[in-house]
Amino acid sequence: MQEIPGDLKFMKSHEWARVEDNGTVTVGISDHAQSLLGDLVYVELPSVGDEVQAGNACAVVESVKAASDVYTPVSGEIVAVNESLADKPETINEDAYGDGWLFVVKAGSRDELQELLDPDAYAELVENEEH
Amino acid sequence: MTQHTILNASHRALGAKMVDFGGWDMPLNYGSQIEEHHAVRRDAGMFDVSHMTVVDLRGARTRDFLRHLVANSVDKLKVPGKALYTCMLDERGGVVDDLIVYYLDEAWFRVVVNAATRDKDLAWIERQAAAFDVAVAERRDQAMIAVQGPNARAKVLGLLSEETRARAGKIGKFAACEGDGLFIARTGYTGEDGFEIIVPEGEAVALWDRLIAAGVRPAGLGARDTLRLEAGMNLYGQDMDESVSPYEAGLAWTVALDEGRDFIGRAVLESQKAAGAPRKLIGLVMDEKGVLRHGQRVATPAGDGEILSGTFSPTLGKSIAFARVPAAAGEDGVQVDIRARLVPVRVVKYPFVRDGQGAPGV
Repeated sequence: MQEIPGDLKFMKSHEWARVEDNGTVTVGISDHAQSLLGDLVYVELPSVGDEVQAGNACAVVESVKAASDVYTPVSGEIVAVNESLADKPETINEDAYGDGWLFVVKAGSRDELQELLDPDAYAELVENEEH
Repeated sequence: MTQHTILNASHRALGAKMVDFGGWDMPLNYGSQIEEHHAVRRDAGMFDVSHMTVVDLRGARTRDFLRHLVANSVDKLKVPGKALYTCMLDERGGVVDDLIVYYLDEAWFRVVVNAATRDKDLAWIERQAAAFDVAVAERRDQAMIAVQGPNARAKVLGLLSEETRARAGKIGKFAACEGDGLFIARTGYTGEDGFEIIVPEGEAVALWDRLIAAGVRPAGLGARDTLRLEAGMNLYGQDMDESVSPYEAGLAWTVALDEGRDFIGRAVLESQKAAGAPRKLIGLVMDEKGVLRHGQRVATPAGDGEILSGTFSPTLGKSIAFARVPAAAGEDGVQVDIRARLVPVRVVKYPFVRDGQGAPGV
């Protein structure tokens, strides 16, 4: 299992969020989530310019085993999506917290981030799920 | 209670992701299902299939009994060691299970049935066997390892004694032999050549380890499912069950309406054959991105059907599926409802994959 970077925040539904230096928020799924899904074969991303609401599904990741909605942890405008996943969805399996990012949101406010779990709390959640 | 095969600790030591499968704790994958799939298509992989139910049928009238029990004709089995794929049906022509029958001698046939249907199958077989004075014995003392892939046979043969190697090297497809305490069948569920080996439990771990040392890659149930669907093989419970006849499950080729043989379900099959079965099983390929999955609605100009088995095909790089649709459905205008979006799909002949590559037209 990949080490969880300290600058990430998590949703209980296994998405991560990272506030970038320019204030935008990058979103992906956790290493735990990719390991549950298994080999990913298809990713459906939002479009740049879409307005998204925190807690709403705005992407789909599909593995050989199952399709899973991805929820955005913050509201705002989609300003970038990871186009390279169209050809290489397995990047999420290989590097969930890095090259496997899904989309970037220009968030209206930072308040929604306060609701999210820090890495320790998320690690505990995963631990409890496994038992 | 979850059951464990004798190889359970071996799977865990290899880091397998385990899942419940029909009450058995089985490996889904050992890391990457797709890499395991490719290993079987390109080289050699192996599956622990010890959860499957091996049943020995003994008695002077065993052949007669099987003539009655299954829809394919065991009279095709003329040489000891030969195997036959068949369904056993209930009186309404519904599929109780699919199985392989091995003919060993006139007083001994061996059948291998599914794990998830074990209790039901054994009860059914025993009930039918009583009238034929056939003894039904489940072989819980045996494990089973399927070694599959273009290099699978060579790797297995290299581990056998000289005498057994000579014998096992000569058996044709869909036949079996015994040797070195093993029951070695040239059968499988991947579309590749290979062996299914029935081995006494006490020797199974050693055989597994020797196969690993010979370069055979362990593969989980995940890869087993994508391999069998690419090969156009049905999965009981998903592609057929008691609610459908073999004709509605793409299994007409396994039904023998041979003269004078009164097998269970025959009357229903004969009338269905005369009138035409109301539904049929078709193969689908989706060129768009996404994955066809069990239960999705299939829209055709002749009415709706549904996806039975659906998956991503690692060999083709796109999604494939079996669907059951109205018999009148043609090849045009077939669409699948994926999250409320109708996606066009192509109706194709299966197997979807042959000789490690996409079949022509797929």
